[in-house]
Amino acid sequence: MTAKIAIKDLYKSFGRKKVLQGLNLEIGQGESVVVIGGSGTGKSVLLKCILGLLKPDSGEIFVDGQPTTRMGGSERAHMLAKFGMLFQGAALFDSLPVWQNVSFGLIQGQGMKLAEAKKLAIDTLSKVGLGADVADLYPAELSGGMQKRVGLARAIASKPEIIFFDEPTTGLDPIMSDVINQLIAERVRDLGATALSITHDMASARKIADRIVMLYQGKIIWQGKTAEIDHSGNAFVDQFIHGRAEGPIQMEVRAS
Amino acid sequence: MNDFLATIGRSALDFFASVGRLFIFAGVALSHIVRPPFYFKLLLRQMMLIGYNSLPVVGLTSLFTGMVLALQSHTGFAGLGGDAAVALLVVLSVTRELGPVIAGLMVAGRVGAAIAAELGTMSVTDQIAALSTLSTNPYKYLVVPRILAGIITMPMLVVVADVIGILGGYIVAVYLLGANPSSYLHETWSALKFPDFMSGLYKAAMFGFVVTLMGCYHGYHSRGGAQGVGAATTNAVVSSSILILLMDYLLTSVFFS
Repeated sequence: MTAKIAIKDLYKSFGRKKVLQGLNLEIGQGESVVVIGGSGTGKSVLLKCILGLLKPDSGEIFVDGQPTTRMGGSERAHMLAKFGMLFQGAALFDSLPVWQNVSFGLIQGQGMKLAEAKKLAIDTLSKVGLGADVADLYPAELSGGMQKRVGLARAIASKPEIIFFDEPTTGLDPIMSDVINQLIAERVRDLGATALSITHDMASARKIADRIVMLYQGKIIWQGKTAEIDHSGNAFVDQFIHGRAEGPIQMEVRAS
Repeated sequence: MNDFLATIGRSALDFFASVGRLFIFAGVALSHIVRPPFYFKLLLRQMMLIGYNSLPVVGLTSLFTGMVLALQSHTGFAGLGGDAAVALLVVLSVTRELGPVIAGLMVAGRVGAAIAAELGTMSVTDQIAALSTLSTNPYKYLVVPRILAGIITMPMLVVVADVIGILGGYIVAVYLLGANPSSYLHETWSALKFPDFMSGLYKAAMFGFVVTLMGCYHGYHSRGGAQGVGAATTNAVVSSSILILLMDYLLTSVFFS
């Protein structure tokens, strides 16, 4: 069976800094994979390469078996229509009210009429626990947690086949983080979507992942089912999931 | 010595790389102008923001420019018995040069900075990346409406600037310096030449393109949070102001050589 997303020998550098160094990963249809790893290990770069926001130096990315790295404008737009994404800071459009943010892809991408789009936006907002009264507010009027929910509503509004979550719980309190994790798990399951998330929040990873992948220095150093992570036998993974300063992962800490 | 040469070499390479990136950006943006989808509502909105909202500042600066021109030319030509030349000088200066240049610089300060700040904030908060994931081309949605609005509205602004600038000269010449109103108007009308007026409008369209292009380019490529947005805003205003004066010289040498 063809993987929904397959990444082969992916390399990406910025100047002398090598970020991705021969990364290989396959994600099956309907699978939820969470990529964990410290800051600067290449997690965000991986997502941006798959979306075509960054061009890899070498390697190939397949979506539904189609190579994507050399896709042109309209072909890429067609491919991106399969995707939804929740950005780290939600990335809501400041100039548009919440309902237009949620249904933006449907209005611009599919030409949906505004009245129909608003109805669908309110319906989608209810799926992430927000009432119709939020629809006419602007993003600046919302709390961080509400912005994340609106971002999630925007990511699922067009019923995408693949959803990316970039640090979905960063900046949220533990209770709101759990609410967002729960919503992500439920909505991905409802849609039957393939999900790829990046995070360094282990509670989030445990809640939303079928499989966890650990990235270190631009390569995958461990992957396995979520239940296996506590018995990985990998010193890097153990250090990361327990948040220990001592271990094989040396953080670059500059004394002030 | 080697370090010195290396520094010069690096600076030159950086400069040419920046110019290359700007040309590629402009080429991609212009190619999207003629390819659907077209966002007419966004174009109208930008025309209001860039054109209509700039009217007060462009009108005021043009008024004062025309007034100063009349005053300066009157005092400058007084000893030469050249009072009659005041109307000619005001009309030629305003329509050929000062109308488009003053309007261009004002719009660079007001609109170029606003575009760079808006797109810069969108860039550093991933809003531009979000557009791409929502089946929307950021060039078509953000850049094309702004550049088109700049090209269309700047000539309109300059028509207003020309009229107000000439009016400013008339006010000073007639009410302050005691010129005869009907003869001043007659000299103004005689001095007003269609090619001069049109050259100002061509310049204005080019300045509109330059201001909006530089605002979009610097904003789109802004990185590094609030500091990056601030730098993008400054760079947009400075680079578009320099380019306006450079383009003014080049276009003048083409039109009047």
